[in-house]
Amino acid sequence: MTSVPRTAVIVGAGIVGAACADALATSGVAVRVVERERPGTAGATAAGMGHILVLDDSPAQIALTKLGRELWDARADRWPTRVERHVCGTLWVAADDEELAGARQRAEVYERWGVASRVVDADELRLLEPNLRGGLAGGLLVPGDSVVYPPNAARVLLDAAVSAGAAVVERAPVTAVGDGWAELADGTRLEADVVVVAAGIATPRLVPGSGLSIVPKKGHLAITDRYPGFVRHQLVELGYLKSAHGAVRQSVAFNIQPRPNGQMLLGSSRQLDDDDPRVDRCILAAMVARGIDYLPRLAALSVLRTWVGFRPATPDNLPVVGPLADRPGLWVATGHEGVGITTSLATARLVADRLCGREPPIDPGPYDTSRLREASTHA
Amino acid sequence: MADASPMRADVIVVGAGPAGLAAAHAAATDGARVVVVDENPETGGQIWRASHRAPHPRARALLAQLERDGVTTLRGTTVFDAVPPGSLRAVDAGGHSVALEAPAIVLATGATELLLPFPGWTLPGVFGAGGLQAMVKGGLDVAGRRVLLAGSGPLLLAVAAALRRSGARIVALVEQADRRAVRRLAGTLWNRPAKLGQAAALSVRLCGVPRHHATWPVRAHAGGDGWLRAVTLRGADGSETTLDVDLLGVGFGLAPATRLAQLLGCELDGDRVATDDLLRTSVPGVHCAGEAAGIGGVDCALVEGAIAGHSAARRDDLALRARRRLRRERGFAAALADAFALRPELRELPTSDTVVCRCEDVAYGALADHRDAHDAKLATRCGMGPCQGRICGPALRFLRDWAADRVRPPLVPVPMAALRETLATTDSTP
Ligand SMILES: Cc1cc2nc3c(=O)[nH]c(=O)nc-3n(C[C@H](O)[C@H](O)[C@H](O)COP(=O)(O)OP(=O)(O)OC[C@H]3O[C@@H](n4cnc5c(N)ncnc54)[C@H](O)[C@@H]3O)c2cc1C
Ligand SMILES: Cc1cc2nc3c(=O)[nH]c(=O)nc-3n(C[C@H](O)[C@H](O)[C@H](O)COP(=O)(O)OP(=O)(O)OC[C@H]3O[C@@H](n4cnc5c(N)ncnc54)[C@H](O)[C@@H]3O)c2cc1C
Repeated sequence: MTSVPRTAVIVGAGIVGAACADALATSGVAVRVVERERPGTAGATAAGMGHILVLDDSPAQIALTKLGRELWDARADRWPTRVERHVCGTLWVAADDEELAGARQRAEVYERWGVASRVVDADELRLLEPNLRGGLAGGLLVPGDSVVYPPNAARVLLDAAVSAGAAVVERAPVTAVGDGWAELADGTRLEADVVVVAAGIATPRLVPGSGLSIVPKKGHLAITDRYPGFVRHQLVELGYLKSAHGAVRQSVAFNIQPRPNGQMLLGSSRQLDDDDPRVDRCILAAMVARGIDYLPRLAALSVLRTWVGFRPATPDNLPVVGPLADRPGLWVATGHEGVGITTSLATARLVADRLCGREPPIDPGPYDTSRLREASTHA
Repeated sequence: MADASPMRADVIVVGAGPAGLAAAHAAATDGARVVVVDENPETGGQIWRASHRAPHPRARALLAQLERDGVTTLRGTTVFDAVPPGSLRAVDAGGHSVALEAPAIVLATGATELLLPFPGWTLPGVFGAGGLQAMVKGGLDVAGRRVLLAGSGPLLLAVAAALRRSGARIVALVEQADRRAVRRLAGTLWNRPAKLGQAAALSVRLCGVPRHHATWPVRAHAGGDGWLRAVTLRGADGSETTLDVDLLGVGFGLAPATRLAQLLGCELDGDRVATDDLLRTSVPGVHCAGEAAGIGGVDCALVEGAIAGHSAARRDDLALRARRRLRRERGFAAALADAFALRPELRELPTSDTVVCRCEDVAYGALADHRDAHDAKLATRCGMGPCQGRICGPALRFLRDWAADRVRPPLVPVPMAALRETLATTDSTP
């Protein structure tokens, strides 16, 4: 498919499918979205945290998260209150001098990329977040990061797509996809110039033989009752990236998010090779212990609920966005791991620009599907 | 971090109401080491919990037996998490975590009152009927107050009688079911002298109280001080009347308390925990008795407790023998459910701006576009608050046919530290 598509089918209405629907529909493409459940109520989007952040573990990751954050900001006036968008900034917490040195390096990286950030010392850290334990070395403040409520953000994006002419089919599992077609469980066959599979962790099953490797990375969250002002920024330990992208089978890291209503979401945990949707009490306990270690007074605050979600993870921690080999009418957009809320809008932008023949704002190469072919020829 | 090792027993009973106490007694007489856990500072459950008067004689007898049986009772201890087959976590009144382990557990968690939202139901002065009774037992002075009791089921009668004894003026007793259906139920009592006696005693104690059938509350009105002032009732014939009152006790029957069972993975049968002949649930080692296994009243709860207690102690022979008494009780329970079935008009009680979820302040109209509890919750926060849908869940089951959303730990809000303790008390790491 070389010309601009007139029609598109999007499989999955998580945040990525919803964002793609919006970007394509507003580009004039006739979009149909097919979702197994209901938009934004299933998958990682219904279970995740909604921290919009610039993450610096690789140049390609920075480029995509930065573009993602810019696009969230660009719609600032258009997010209704139910998206609960709140620019609280991220405060990366350094436990010791080694981590503080790491914070300084990150500040330099952010500066090169034009992302505002500032190293804070131990005293300022205490002022910014009085409930953090004593003896911490300092931190890195990234004031432009924000938080949102992902399930409603996905709906709002989908509503925007519908206003631009898109149609949504709910509670309709797609059973098979191919070059320019998708088949539903009830036998309906949908044809379109392009099919974009944004089905999160379910994507590989729909495109067997494509070389796409996505594994679910299980994560736990706990939500507290309302304690306005207990923390003011999204607080993340600087060791987080090690935990997030290390090769270990399970890890926890301190990560807490203030919601606009005073509730707090406590994360985070990562487990590979575990697709059990039940709460794992041991890893939950380890995660909670980590939280209390950083915020001792958290111990006495009430928890209302805990749950798990599965991040769609790729071997190189970058999403996979583009057409599958020899099937120009079959695209995938998935593999966003723990930053898919942040990068959903950037992904959608790449998809729409590439399909509509526009120059994307960043190089789409690092996220392209071509690396699947390389991986399979090297294997 | 407290490195408490779990308290071990042969049978753990959750709930110290009639069902739980009977289960504990049965299991203990079979030689099992039994621990009973109840969130309240006192044992006895909804019906027998200490009142300002002397404890109920049946409760007193059962409790004395338990003491002789050597049963351990943990009061003020709330189970907030459970992993099958028999690993439970609880918090005590001080917020400390308690771990319990046993190869068999009996869930005797009772029921909660079904509260249906209608305009004004959140006003101060409006209470659940059972809640109002509990407050009076706890010392609330209702002498001379004008009290209206409305909703459905025999609980209203019991509450009316108790409140009257405490000096309240019962303005009216308003039952949504038809008089005919209720009469028919009374007719089935001829072979149940005990129940007939209770019913007769209640009628005597309620003598002179205006009784309305096929009538229900549609609106509660506030006075200048914001407190409840009057309640408008509607009859099945469409007529409306407004009564001046000081207090409204309202309840539309009972809903089985199934959340702990759900957390353990037990299957439900409609709104109750599914059980077999020996009151085993779908999860091996987990038994269920009393209202949680189906609303049946105190006699049914006692029989079921005995069956579940014996079967949890692996005395299926004794359990089967106790079962013979169950058929009659179940028959009565079915007749009761039939007589007090909620009429479909009650689905129209909430208007679009009536608050349904009190924790999160969600109006009924906000749920209009949603098709199930999970979906509505994610979009509107309905059921996301501290009560996690304990109140609005059963109401929405009736109003919208919505099944309860998934249950996740903790069952009740607990201090963060209680979740951390799990680490110290779980011996197997994956
Ligand atoms: C605990 C946790 C915390 C997180 N925190 C953050 C954070 O702070 N910031 C951030 O940016 N990201 C975060 N994430 C990551 C983010 O949530 C995900 O990357 C993102 O939601 C992925 O979106 P998606 O649309 O690709 O997938 P999903 O949300 O999983 O959506 C896929 C959709 O496809 C549908 N589907 C599947 N199969 C089919 C089929 N056969 N037919 C039709 N439909 C189908 C599903 O029902 C689902 O709705 C977190 C994730 C977790 C689990
Ligand atoms: C509000 C209310 C008032 C009632 N008043 C009357 C009345 O006046 N007269 C009458 O005949 N019948 C009354 N009933 C009905 C009566 O309770 C039942 O018929 C019967 O006694 C139920 O026995 P049970 O053992 O199944 O449950 P219950 O007596 O309800 O006992 C269950 C116990 O388990 C405890 N529990 C539940 N979950 C947990 C947990 N996670 N951790 C620890 N403890 C837990 C509860 O607090 C409760 O003490 C009332 C019911 C309710 C809900």
